[in-house]
Amino acid sequence: MTAPAWLKTTGFYLLVGIIVLQALFPFYYAILTSLEDGQALFEVNYLPAVFDLSNYRSMLSDGVFGKQILNSVFVATVTVIISLFLAITASFALARIRFRGRGLLLLTILSVSMFPQIAVLSGLFELVRAFGLFNSLWSLVFSYMIFTLPFTVWVLTTFMRALPVEIEEAAIMDGASSFTIIRRIFVPLLWPAMVTTGLLAFIQAWNEFLFALTFLSTDSQRTVPVAIALISGRSEFEVPWGNIMAASVIVTLPLVVLVLIFQRRIVSGLTAGAVKG
Amino acid sequence: MASVELNNVCKSFGSVEVLRDVNLSLEGGEFIVFVGPSGCGKSTLLRLIAGLEDISAGELVIDGERMNDVLPARRGISMVFQSYALYPHMTVFENMAFGLEQAKLSPDEIKARIAQAAEMLQISDYMERKPRQLSGGQRQRVAIGRAITRQPRVFLFDEPLSNLDAALRVDTRLEIAALHKRLADTTMIYVTHDQVEAMTLADRIVVLNAGNVEQVGTPLDLYSKPASQFVAGFIGSPRMNFIGGEIAASQGAATFGIRPEHIDLSRKKGQWKGTVRLTEALGSDTFAHVDTETAGMVNVRLAGAERIGEGETVFLTPQPDAIHLFDDAGRPVRKARAA
Repeated sequence: MTAPAWLKTTGFYLLVGIIVLQALFPFYYAILTSLEDGQALFEVNYLPAVFDLSNYRSMLSDGVFGKQILNSVFVATVTVIISLFLAITASFALARIRFRGRGLLLLTILSVSMFPQIAVLSGLFELVRAFGLFNSLWSLVFSYMIFTLPFTVWVLTTFMRALPVEIEEAAIMDGASSFTIIRRIFVPLLWPAMVTTGLLAFIQAWNEFLFALTFLSTDSQRTVPVAIALISGRSEFEVPWGNIMAASVIVTLPLVVLVLIFQRRIVSGLTAGAVKG
Repeated sequence: MASVELNNVCKSFGSVEVLRDVNLSLEGGEFIVFVGPSGCGKSTLLRLIAGLEDISAGELVIDGERMNDVLPARRGISMVFQSYALYPHMTVFENMAFGLEQAKLSPDEIKARIAQAAEMLQISDYMERKPRQLSGGQRQRVAIGRAITRQPRVFLFDEPLSNLDAALRVDTRLEIAALHKRLADTTMIYVTHDQVEAMTLADRIVVLNAGNVEQVGTPLDLYSKPASQFVAGFIGSPRMNFIGGEIAASQGAATFGIRPEHIDLSRKKGQWKGTVRLTEALGSDTFAHVDTETAGMVNVRLAGAERIGEGETVFLTPQPDAIHLFDDAGRPVRKARAA
């Protein structure tokens, strides 16, 4: 006995509806709240009632927040660039060059990402102090590699293994050096995979909270997740929900824009490896 | 005119010995084919010459120069790969230009060389296409074109036809033969497991078996004077009949070899009596598999027009000039006709 077709279709879309609602409602509610002010904030409503940009105005005119966004952009971008560069050169070695302990090395790289952030925090703090990076954005670039590198190295190694060896050998016969082969052959072929992993690394770096809270001490150096968490009202009994929501929406937008720009690349990244000479 | 010499070349991967004491001397401008069953080391030998693998022991000399430690690109060698190995993200033009850019040639020189090669191979019309927009045969031409533009002294082909369909394979084979005529100064080394390709293309053939050179010679040499039972069985299609037992022993050998085309068939009388079990009519020839009383199953070639029914009783007589005798180590035995 099978259910009638209309029941199946309705069931399917009902399920899709629930998933979409669950994923998007928090963000929708944040946007809604960010557009309200004063007493309206505390009235529960699910449809836009007022359209008031004063929260955004107050966040953006507050000099430090703009600087904090730039801090986040800097940290995430530099982390992604350095991670991808190190990962593509490392994955070339790990995928293509036979050496002793290659498997062990790959496992070690993976195990680095195994430790909870809180477990490495105090050790890292000492390192950051020793390098003189405390309260510098470079401390975050440095520490974020802990979670971006294992992931990018593994993904790119897998993709590089899938590329035919003969293409590389043809390039060797053509007189290309290892670095030229990486730059002219592997990077273009792995571009979709690099965009996908780079984007995920960017999101991780953008959202990171604990390291950013610990290694930076002044307001003008902070990145946005910490900055938002530390937004305070005029008195300790007031939580400025309007401002917090406006800031949350502002810092989500760059991610949405990035995903939209690279959307087609991400899809082709998932199906890459279908490169046949 | 680049001569290529291999002196006592050995290659091992770990403890596995792939090539043992290979000695070869190739003259400049020669078309040499390495042939052998899979795993015989022919591709490895080619890769040693290309420089894609290190030589474990021995010496590789090109044009009097020792090449063991010279980078692949500096050996004056081009290679055409089995899977073509075109750069998928580059256009045909960029594919051909890549090697020349690495050699730091001027843009004008690069354009001139590519135009010349493209014209020779008739690929000028799709210089701006990507490899995935080309058919198998076109990709193969681009791969050859990429190799030509580097103006190599030695041209290496690693089973270049094995990814093409049968009809295209014959055409491309003829084109490679024509290419060899046009580039008469270039030494060509060609690896294949297909003995027909070897016979039709080669000036000389090198037969490899389990890491050893079995025989080096012209195609007809190998056909008429095989230096071992292995070569006798490998060269020629369909393969030579090998008969053991009393027939061989009576000639003072362990194995008696005779090709299907060197047996006379008669319905009345002959040396071996047998029954036709199976016939394969190819049009130009017919092959009859005859179950003989004394010699076991024997494959015989008949001229195309001749018809023979399965189940018929026939008599076979090997042509005395075309008998090959081998001892139990597979080495040829001097023919003892009187025995």
